[in-house]
Amino acid sequence: MFNRLCTPLIAAICISLAAFAVAPEAYAAWDLDMPIGKSTLADEIMGLHHLILIVCTVICIGVFGFAFYTFLTCRRSKGAKAASFSHSTRAEIIWTIIPTVILIAMAIPSARTILKIEDTSGADISIKITGYQWKWSYDYLDEDMFFYSSIDAASSAAAQKNSGIDPATVKNYLRNVDKPMVVPVNKKIRILLTANDVIHSWWVPELYVKKDANPGFINEAWFEAKETGIYRGQCTELCGRGHGFMPIVVAVVTDDEYRQWLEGGLAWDQTKQELIAVNLFQADEPADQLAAL
Amino acid sequence: MTDQTAAHDHHGDHHDAPPSNFLDRWVFTTNHKDIGTLYLIFSLVMFFVGGTMALIIRAELFQPGLQFVEPQFFNSMTTVHALVMVFGAVMPAFVGLANWLIPMMVGAPDMALPRMNNWSFWLLVAAFTILVSTLFMPGGAPAGGWTLYPPLVLQTGDAFPFMVFAIHIMGASSIMGSINVIVTIMNMRAPGMTLMKMPMFVWTWLITAYLLIAVMPVLAGAVTMLLTDRYFGTSFFNAAGGGDPVLFQHVFWFFGHPEVYIMILPAFGVVSQIIPTFSRKPLFGYSSMVYATASIAFLSFIVWAHHMFTTGMPIAGQLFFMLATMLIAIPTAVKIFNWLSTMWKGELTFETPMLFSIAFVLLFTIGGFSGLMLAIAPADYQYHDTYFVVAHFHYVLVPGAVFTLMAAAYYWLPKWTGYMYNEKIGKLHFWCSAIFVNVLFFPQHFVGLAGMPRRIPDYPTQFADFNAISSVGAFLFGFSQLLFVAAIWSSVKGKQKATDQVWDGAKGLEWTLPSPAPYHSFNEPPHID
Repeated sequence: MFNRLCTPLIAAICISLAAFAVAPEAYAAWDLDMPIGKSTLADEIMGLHHLILIVCTVICIGVFGFAFYTFLTCRRSKGAKAASFSHSTRAEIIWTIIPTVILIAMAIPSARTILKIEDTSGADISIKITGYQWKWSYDYLDEDMFFYSSIDAASSAAAQKNSGIDPATVKNYLRNVDKPMVVPVNKKIRILLTANDVIHSWWVPELYVKKDANPGFINEAWFEAKETGIYRGQCTELCGRGHGFMPIVVAVVTDDEYRQWLEGGLAWDQTKQELIAVNLFQADEPADQLAAL
Repeated sequence: MTDQTAAHDHHGDHHDAPPSNFLDRWVFTTNHKDIGTLYLIFSLVMFFVGGTMALIIRAELFQPGLQFVEPQFFNSMTTVHALVMVFGAVMPAFVGLANWLIPMMVGAPDMALPRMNNWSFWLLVAAFTILVSTLFMPGGAPAGGWTLYPPLVLQTGDAFPFMVFAIHIMGASSIMGSINVIVTIMNMRAPGMTLMKMPMFVWTWLITAYLLIAVMPVLAGAVTMLLTDRYFGTSFFNAAGGGDPVLFQHVFWFFGHPEVYIMILPAFGVVSQIIPTFSRKPLFGYSSMVYATASIAFLSFIVWAHHMFTTGMPIAGQLFFMLATMLIAIPTAVKIFNWLSTMWKGELTFETPMLFSIAFVLLFTIGGFSGLMLAIAPADYQYHDTYFVVAHFHYVLVPGAVFTLMAAAYYWLPKWTGYMYNEKIGKLHFWCSAIFVNVLFFPQHFVGLAGMPRRIPDYPTQFADFNAISSVGAFLFGFSQLLFVAAIWSSVKGKQKATDQVWDGAKGLEWTLPSPAPYHSFNEPPHID
């Protein structure tokens, strides 16, 4: 009976393991932890995450170790005889106090970080972000800049049911947009979040910022990117059938590039997935010449 | 013979054998054991219904791209899977255990309110018939997540009022079940059984029943507000009319957080019965276990907004809910240490119920620790609504609550049926479950940390490997549960008679009854010293 049941199980495990061995290279990503942060608060938040993770892991190893030692030594097959003790006030006080102390030690730095996360004062740039079913819009409050940002065409085509397109062939599948949010590096960016229909949530893992966008209300959050680059995220609050298909892309650029982009000199190429120069001369020359005359 | 006939004539309800008529026995029954059996069978069926939905989810997530289902149906699957598992599988299973065991443990003949007992079971069947039928309605089943957040949930099709009605009915069923538990425990304990002599399972159920009575009306209120917002022009959750969608989240989680303890406190009770039995030692720190359970129940009412750190709460709110949530770790740690100390210096044997209980203690510790991590608000901003959360609550619910249900089934089945289950099948079931549940859920921690949001039908390709592993684990875990059915069957159609004592280390009134237990548990109350 036992063997008859075991054989197919072992076979199933072997087949599935073999399936991984032949998995396409493009799928290979074995990240075990949060991404390395690229914003000013990222290291602090990741530090808290690591601290609590280490505390938990160490205690867990202790608990598991004690448990397995008990299983190995205090078993009937090893001739163990049951003791009869049923409580120990001293032990119980000790193992109430120790976790309390650890928790207080964790709470203090956490509280400090919350205060920093919530401090949106002194921002250099304010951008109002609105969530829709299923795209985002970005409104630069101090500039003449407003646009919608939807999933890129290549991801969208591949994401149709039985599209026949292998997602592995699509660059940044489900994490690319037609127009990204562009912000300058080393500037405090305040984001004002709201939604037009249902609740959405704006999250860019590498910038360590996530906040819900509630219809009819405005939430605030902020980040300050330390490095230029393209950072990608997704909506993180269930918002209907397109929830998995409203990505976020933030292009962090230099000050100069940012000004150029605002003036229309740089635009996002969704195939190349980078900001490329737009020929301003051709587009604007006639108007400028007219003005000069 | 004459006595029996006379008894039959005058006290139709009190004969000692079940009615032979199928309808009388299984539909109109007021017997706590038959109703318990009905609850347990119902929850087992729901476990497979919800499990099938989970397998549809995991099949779709096996690799990137959409292969099997459309996103809207995928969302229905996550939503209904959760509702079925929470309200249809885990909660009714514990009510089934309560029905079977509380009268036997406190030395009563039956539950205090047998007719209401019957009614609360059949209400549950009605509720789930309605809920599952929404899958076939225009617009599909509810797809806004089991948390039912507006405004999204208001976009549900024709299923919407049926979903609300189903939740109302299951709430009524739970409240009646809880009243019955409280009345039974408060009034029908055998002489000499003071509160502090009650078995832990009875204690945890008493506290759970109070939690249920406190929070099920809150859920009913929340869904009623959804109903009036949609059909009667109110604006509880609509900013345009002066309402606030976040209000719903506060009301929902004021129900929802105690709810998760409703699913885990009776589980604590079950392992507190089983571990001493197979350690041949009394439960370590009985009174601190009782106080820890009560403090967890109290704290569960003041931590609800830790599900909502990213909704835009005032700093004071975030700090309060972070600290209150961290406090829960203390009584929970006390419980874990007490179970370990119960085993320490014991005389351990590892029958199937003990194996499941040990797996519970160890894997629940993992789930508890990821919960502690989630309590750290600044870090929670990153964990929130990712697969890290999915991994966390499945660790506390599957190797947590569900494993103890299986432990309970193996532990008490011989008492219920009179026959031992097949230990080989039981052990095989355990090892498959314990290994595959980790293959299924552990990788979800990693994809969550790496940035995969929950409740998405398709995902970026860098999450593919761990998702594939998780899906393989899901199918292996799912199909392993057929062994559970085989093991139950081996006890129902058993060959090896169980003794009255069943387990040599077992203590408690239920083991003083014959196996199988008589139709009415204790017609004469036993005396407890």
